[in-house]
Amino acid sequence: MYYDNNTFSSKVNLLQSSTTSTKLVDSQADSLNGHWSGLLEELISYGLSSGADLVEIFIENTDQVSLLAEQDQITNVSPSFGKGAGIRVFHGLLDGFVSTNDLSPSGLKNALDQALGMLGLNSTKSSLTKFQGLKSLKDFSKNKQNWINICPDLDEACQRILEGTNLLDFHGTHLQARRGSYSRSWQEVLIAASDGTFGRDIRLHQSIGLNALAAHGEHRSSIGRRYGSSAKPSDLREWDAEKSAKEVCDSAGKMLYADYVEAGQMPVVLANKFGGVIFHEACGHLLETTQIERGTSPFSDKIGEQIAHSSVTAVDEGLSDGAFGSLSMDDEGMEPEKTVLIKNGYLQRFLSDRAGELRTGHKRTGSGRRQSHTFAAASRMRNTYIQAGTFKPEELIESIDNGLYCKSMGGGSVGPTGQFNFSVEEGYLIENGKTTKPLKGATLIGEAKDVMPRISMCANDLDLAAGFCGSVSGNINVTVGQPHIKVDSITVGGR
Amino acid sequence: MVDSNKQNYKKLNPQYIQEILSKLTKEQNIIKWDIGASSSIDQSVQVDNGIAKQMKAAQRSSITLRVWNEKGLVGITSTSDISEFGLKKAISGAKNASLYGNPNDIPDFSKLAKKSIDSQEYPIKQHKKIQNLLNILIEAESELMSKHEAIQSVPYNGLGESFYERLYINSDNASRYMNRNQSSIYLYARAQENGRKPRSSGAVRLALASEDLDIKGCVEESSSKTISHLDYQQIETNKYLVCFSPEAFLDLILAFSSIFNARSIIDGVSLSKPDSIGKLISVPFFNLYDDALHPGNISSTPFDGEGTPTKRLCLIKDGVIENFLHSEATARKFNVDPTGHAGIGSKVSVGPDWLHICKSANNSIQSSNLSHKVYNNNFIIIEGLNALHAGVKPSQGSFSLPFDGWLINNGEKKSIEAATVAGDIRQLLKNIVNVEDQEFITHQGVSPHIWVDDLSITGEA
Repeated sequence: MYYDNNTFSSKVNLLQSSTTSTKLVDSQADSLNGHWSGLLEELISYGLSSGADLVEIFIENTDQVSLLAEQDQITNVSPSFGKGAGIRVFHGLLDGFVSTNDLSPSGLKNALDQALGMLGLNSTKSSLTKFQGLKSLKDFSKNKQNWINICPDLDEACQRILEGTNLLDFHGTHLQARRGSYSRSWQEVLIAASDGTFGRDIRLHQSIGLNALAAHGEHRSSIGRRYGSSAKPSDLREWDAEKSAKEVCDSAGKMLYADYVEAGQMPVVLANKFGGVIFHEACGHLLETTQIERGTSPFSDKIGEQIAHSSVTAVDEGLSDGAFGSLSMDDEGMEPEKTVLIKNGYLQRFLSDRAGELRTGHKRTGSGRRQSHTFAAASRMRNTYIQAGTFKPEELIESIDNGLYCKSMGGGSVGPTGQFNFSVEEGYLIENGKTTKPLKGATLIGEAKDVMPRISMCANDLDLAAGFCGSVSGNINVTVGQPHIKVDSITVGGR
Repeated sequence: MVDSNKQNYKKLNPQYIQEILSKLTKEQNIIKWDIGASSSIDQSVQVDNGIAKQMKAAQRSSITLRVWNEKGLVGITSTSDISEFGLKKAISGAKNASLYGNPNDIPDFSKLAKKSIDSQEYPIKQHKKIQNLLNILIEAESELMSKHEAIQSVPYNGLGESFYERLYINSDNASRYMNRNQSSIYLYARAQENGRKPRSSGAVRLALASEDLDIKGCVEESSSKTISHLDYQQIETNKYLVCFSPEAFLDLILAFSSIFNARSIIDGVSLSKPDSIGKLISVPFFNLYDDALHPGNISSTPFDGEGTPTKRLCLIKDGVIENFLHSEATARKFNVDPTGHAGIGSKVSVGPDWLHICKSANNSIQSSNLSHKVYNNNFIIIEGLNALHAGVKPSQGSFSLPFDGWLINNGEKKSIEAATVAGDIRQLLKNIVNVEDQEFITHQGVSPHIWVDDLSITGEA
């Protein structure tokens, strides 16, 4: 196929001049369907004939709404919608990426020309290519067309979230501020690449948050919980507001009069669900090929070697039904898989995307993800968790004479040398095998390669929790998870 | 103005937007509306050991449209689709959202949205060819790696240029517009010596154009910081006298900026209360300003999201809270003027611009002999704080943060292997023992080194 430059129609941004045509945006731009194949093939063919090794085009339409309730009032409703494309061109080991909001043929061609130009490629060097065209559209969106209509409308969503803040009031004491939030993100994507990839999908993510700030004299505590799902239009309807509010109020009440933790080195038990953030931050990021490429992972040459305690088997997958990090295809058009990262302490695989495979040789795992069209995809986690062990959760606590039980974790991060840190939102002192007084102000710090071998016990209560992960390709929805685990020794920062 | 022979970066046309929105809102019986819009054209490069790692470019635009319905309630919608179709859809979305507007907190136009602004004109420069950016960054990377044999890579690096424009327009004929170039470079090196842990540090520089970037300074700072961390040791968990670098102290104050945020105060999630103005919050020789228009702030904007002019505002004077940051709605509640710190929304966010910390001339300091250049007796220098998003509890006042820094003892300077600093911001502000004289401009604001006594430090054993 050969592409002629003149077949792109020019289209001027309507905001540039009042004399511009008032014609509405092409109807084509409003629905990402198979009608795009001709234009996409022309663009890809043009890119290849200019000397590119691979051309990938990602197009999205988005429709989002978020709302906030404070005390007993809806205080913010923020709808938003958008569209855009990200075009990536590979040449050898290099790539150029350009994003644009202009989905007109000329807008897309300009973006492609810019990406080609970055790599020193242009149409004057062109020759006829052997591009065979796109494969038939792999349409994962067939049963998802009606999702946006099944989701609760604003009336229903507002009522549900107000129910949450009302229940906080009912169950809580000394609450100075109550907040409930809801966000619904609908995204339609179309992905085409010169290797024939041609996929379409609709993604639906919803998240619900409840937060309480308790204050009594000089004592303060703030507790938040977030719940999230993918591909479940009725999730907000099915949300157990009563249970969530009780949990938040119970924690806020206990933490209100908590003492500050005494800093030091000690054994800790990390609770299940969001406790899994420790594995996500401390180890998971170091198993992404983006880190391997940079040479910043201590595990880059450790495939087949023991990097964790033999009790640890860890998995990353995009398949769990309704989980926040699940997907039908990744942002490079590949179907996700279950990737066993660590088995009985031995490193098995890295998470890889298209660029990661090209530059490190590790095969793609359906992990190419991005926040939006403005980011190039990168290898990122999906649903990541340590698998269940055989112990009962209480057996972990009973095995410790003096330590810390981290019932709820705050956020965390990992630095460029692999050092991680996590704040503990809700902690308890462990004394003689029992949890006793609540403790606040704790931060767990360490390095993955030191801590992973110290995870000596895994309980039998694996559970997952939704979260957001920020990294090179933006903020994405993920799930973290684990059973209760015991770390034999870790540094606890405090006062 | 943009040279007509060169690429015209301007995407936003205030006059046209005003005209078309007037027409479209009229069609939907909307009388009162305002809009905030932005557009940018960016390009950036990253390198890896002398070759390009990634080259990126982006054209972005976005608008947030706000409408008042017949009951006076406010709704908004945001979109990246700035076609006429997009604007129509946004008006419709905002109208629907206004049905859920909060009757107890209705924003209005800022009474200062039409006040004249003496804004500085900045020349708009053309972007370099991306290959030129690449060559500049490759050279900087090479120079940094040649500084010390232990520097093996510069895993986090980037050089970028952007052109951006912003506007605010309302149906009462307020119209604000600004545009600007900006360029940045960051270089974070990783160094490792035999048998020792890898160490990393870096530097950032901003300028209006890439040719104005202090690249040499960035390389020097990145290399000297990284090299200074090669010789590291663990430290004992204890309470220490601490000297915060300007960057670190500004980071900490920004993380607790809800203390001065009228929105947070009204919402009950700030450590301050409406009557905190006039109350002592820190030692009396400490002053804090928010100064969006400071000449060191190359990202300065002459107006906020509601069109209010930005300005220098005193937050703490001689240790006493002097002012809060306001939007139009919070200012009305406090019976003061908006201060130029608003976003745009149905519930308008408020935030600081550019902080300026300095010593008060009115009060003497007991420990004014403390200087990070001279003092050498058992103290810690905190160079940079990490993980502020996770380790700060703004509504509680507590923080527990990993940091990079050095222990100075008997004149010897040793990098600290890994440690966290923890405390309460209210106590910290009252435990300041010196505010040094020399101020440094950083990319977050201006501050001298600040000394704080009796801070809890946890070392890694």
